[in-house]
Amino acid sequence: MLYFVRRFAFFVATLWAAVTLNFLIPRLQPGDPAEAIVSRLAGRNEAIDPAQVRAVRIMLGAPDGSLLEQYVQYLGAVARGDFGVSYSYFPYSVTHMIGQTLLWTVILVGVTQVISFVVGTLLGTWAAYRRNSRVDSIITLGSTFLGTLPFFWLALLLIYVFAITLRWFPERGGYGGGSTPGWSWLFVSDAIQHSVLPATALLITGPIGWIIGMRNNMVQSLGEDHARLALARGLPRRRIALTYGARLAILPNVTGFAIALGGILGGTVLVESVFNYPGMGRLLLEAVSNRDFPLMQAIFLFTTIGVLVANFLADVLYGVLDPRVRRAEST
Amino acid sequence: MSTPVPAVRAPGADTEAVQVATRVLGRGTRLPGWFVILWRNGKCRLGLLMLAGFVLVAIFAPVIGRYDPRDDDFDTSAGPSAAHWLGTTALGEDVFAQLVFGARTSLVVGIAAGLLCTVIGLVVGLTAGYLGGWLDEVLSFFINLGLVVPALPLMVTLAAYSPVRGLTLIILVISVTGWAYGARIKRSQIITLRTRDYITAARFAGDRTARIIAHEIVPNMTSLIVVGFMGAALGAIGGEAGLAFLGLGDPQTVSWGTMLNQASLGGALLSGQWAWLIAPGAALALLITSFTLINFGIDALSNPHLRED
Repeated sequence: MLYFVRRFAFFVATLWAAVTLNFLIPRLQPGDPAEAIVSRLAGRNEAIDPAQVRAVRIMLGAPDGSLLEQYVQYLGAVARGDFGVSYSYFPYSVTHMIGQTLLWTVILVGVTQVISFVVGTLLGTWAAYRRNSRVDSIITLGSTFLGTLPFFWLALLLIYVFAITLRWFPERGGYGGGSTPGWSWLFVSDAIQHSVLPATALLITGPIGWIIGMRNNMVQSLGEDHARLALARGLPRRRIALTYGARLAILPNVTGFAIALGGILGGTVLVESVFNYPGMGRLLLEAVSNRDFPLMQAIFLFTTIGVLVANFLADVLYGVLDPRVRRAEST
Repeated sequence: MSTPVPAVRAPGADTEAVQVATRVLGRGTRLPGWFVILWRNGKCRLGLLMLAGFVLVAIFAPVIGRYDPRDDDFDTSAGPSAAHWLGTTALGEDVFAQLVFGARTSLVVGIAAGLLCTVIGLVVGLTAGYLGGWLDEVLSFFINLGLVVPALPLMVTLAAYSPVRGLTLIILVISVTGWAYGARIKRSQIITLRTRDYITAARFAGDRTARIIAHEIVPNMTSLIVVGFMGAALGAIGGEAGLAFLGLGDPQTVSWGTMLNQASLGGALLSGQWAWLIAPGAALALLITSFTLINFGIDALSNPHLRED
């Protein structure tokens, strides 16, 4: 039980630290980002709601009031989910903009992460089962080689070959100019067409970590006494590999997977930038280039909270799956 | 953990192995032992040669590149020719010159940010692991926090706020986001070293903590520190390229990341300038490969079973 309490305490503490970090980053910078935004909002000759100005101030720092007062106001705003108004997408709120892009990212990266995990774990298991064979060296050396290739470069090459030269798939974007977003078959098939290349790019590099992790864990667990005893007892090799090796070796990968799912939002910046995909990563970059600080801050906070929640769930899952961890922490 | 080999100082079998290796090599007996072990590993030798190639290119960039990488007096978006081996950019700059100068940026960022990450990781890991207690709890919390906060969004956010995006800022941003992994590994290594007999002996002999750390602990972590540095440098090179590709790099510096960014924006894909597109990515991949290969040898340094004698 102590294990779970400690993990929860860590989760709460990191959550607080992340929220505070988000509060401090804009305030540590020279100049006043909030002032710049407020003046830019005013410069548009659009009716500005004083409440919006106040929201920007709370998120990014107001010249009036002590740091502590600002901090309390900020915590309240975060708790209410009030992240202010986006500067570049005025008058939409930041939460509205994030909601617009969230699904794109979650579907694209979520699906590829699941496939990467399954493929990677299977390949890693196979390599470990046939360790030191030709299959093993092809899998390990191949994935090491692919791992050295810069991800965004690979993505550019995919665009060059399959979109521009062969014209098999659309070059960029999440859907064609002709179709309107919605749950119609036409739109969904168009969106799938657009997602093939980004998904391929993610799937080339995605399984590498799982392959290497699974192989090394499994080679190690097959060398442990219980696996050798099973071999001595004359159990079939395949059964030893699956029930004695893989079952143990998959543990760190399972928790790693939970973290990877949480990292979806963080890892998607590059792929969405290359393919101009309408997800949260591209929104973050747009926010950066437009100096849309409220939007940027909120995306960073969302991303971090996603990772923290996933991390906590992974810890809990690990404690449930592997009693040794619980015991180690209790003593 | 087998006994790591801090150069020639380590007593016993490892020194013998080094001496044997040096003798078998038959020449250059002045070479340090660690270098002999690295060199005798085929993969590592290849990696060292590749890295040496990159270092030479970076040093002699003005000679090899022939042009100023920022000189835009040439034809725009030209294909490869005798005058411009890899063609020119959309602005009329020589792609080959940019490629050669890009090696400088990657190496400088890799070494500087790698060192910074290693130093931060070493200080935090040493303090947390050796002193323990509440200090360990606090520092471990920060290590874990550094591990879970998503690096790229944090880098992007930090870089975005800064009014000036110099190379120093890039190095700092990368180090701030990348030190935690090394710190965690060093901390757990120190915890296992702390209870060894020779440390206890040194403590009873009245050595000060600083001396124990500097003379007893750090030498036994050499290979871990080097591997950590290589990993951090690798991450930093990738991080710089990624940031520069996203357009958040130092606009004054030519780097492989900015080259790919401009190739992507400048229509290298549409105009079919494959050389402009392929060269920076391939250079990046080769540099990363050389680091990966060298790491094989460093593993052999700490694990005698992996040596190719």
